[in-house]
Amino acid sequence: MNPLPRFFTFAAPSRFYWLAGLLLPWLYLLAGALAAAGLYIGFFLAPTDATQGDAYRIIFIHVPVAWMSMVLYLAMAGWAALGWAFNARMASMLARAIAPTGAMFTFLALWTGAFWGKPTWGTWWVWDARLTSELILLFLYLGYMALVEAIDDVRRADLAGALLAVVGAVNVPIIYFSVRWWNTLHQGASISMTAAPKMVSTMLTSMLLMTLACWAYAFAVVFARARAIVLEREQSSEWVRALARPLSKVKL
Amino acid sequence: MMWNSVGDFFAMGGYGLYVWGSYGVVAAWMALEPWLVTRRHALAVRALDELHADEQEFSSGGLV
Repeated sequence: MNPLPRFFTFAAPSRFYWLAGLLLPWLYLLAGALAAAGLYIGFFLAPTDATQGDAYRIIFIHVPVAWMSMVLYLAMAGWAALGWAFNARMASMLARAIAPTGAMFTFLALWTGAFWGKPTWGTWWVWDARLTSELILLFLYLGYMALVEAIDDVRRADLAGALLAVVGAVNVPIIYFSVRWWNTLHQGASISMTAAPKMVSTMLTSMLLMTLACWAYAFAVVFARARAIVLEREQSSEWVRALARPLSKVKL
Repeated sequence: MMWNSVGDFFAMGGYGLYVWGSYGVVAAWMALEPWLVTRRHALAVRALDELHADEQEFSSGGLV
């Protein structure tokens, strides 16, 4: 039969709410297991670096959170744009649910970067192209969050936020290619699709496991936040009202 | 094993402040954020319950 309705099934807030609720505990569990494995390999199997000593172990968290900061921005801008173009409420709600987590990952990329920069470069911060563009990413996230909260009409807020998110997306390739376009203190890409990895396999394995852990974590937290947003926004819809009945019985 | 003792592990070859300063803050945020979103969901559920209770009171001719 027609495959299209199935494709859009989870665009309905009610179905999303149900599916995300089902996945939530497994995503948290997966994040924990992947992080445990990644940290074990990173701290107990990966050797000490010849030039940086043990300070380099920050890479196992720094690179994954920095990747997440960029990926989540693109995801946020993408959902915001879909919500705008197709007038899809769930897409706009997802965009809003991603923003705080993206901002957190951006802050953590800057923080862990500072804690890595101090022992290796001798400074916490430098106005280098990579660091500065990542800081701008944090401001874009915060600006998006402030903008959508400042407008009372939620759909108008969604559209204004989408415009900001989409325009701000130009910053992501700037961050990514900054180490190539400009002379930066920040080192070049750690992982490249076209060249052999520049690190030993235990280091690479740890970093990739930590990246997967961050993905699972991000999915879990974004889904959880999106579920809360669905309830907050769709209070008047029939299915959300139906949801309140058994719950209030349990409480009273 | 690379570490000779627990102290050795926490010292991180003299870079303990930087390594644990990074991982500690990441761990703190990643514990705080799930707690915050879980609380937000719980508050939304409670608001819904209260709204529903009010509606029932209203429709049953109780307190307006």
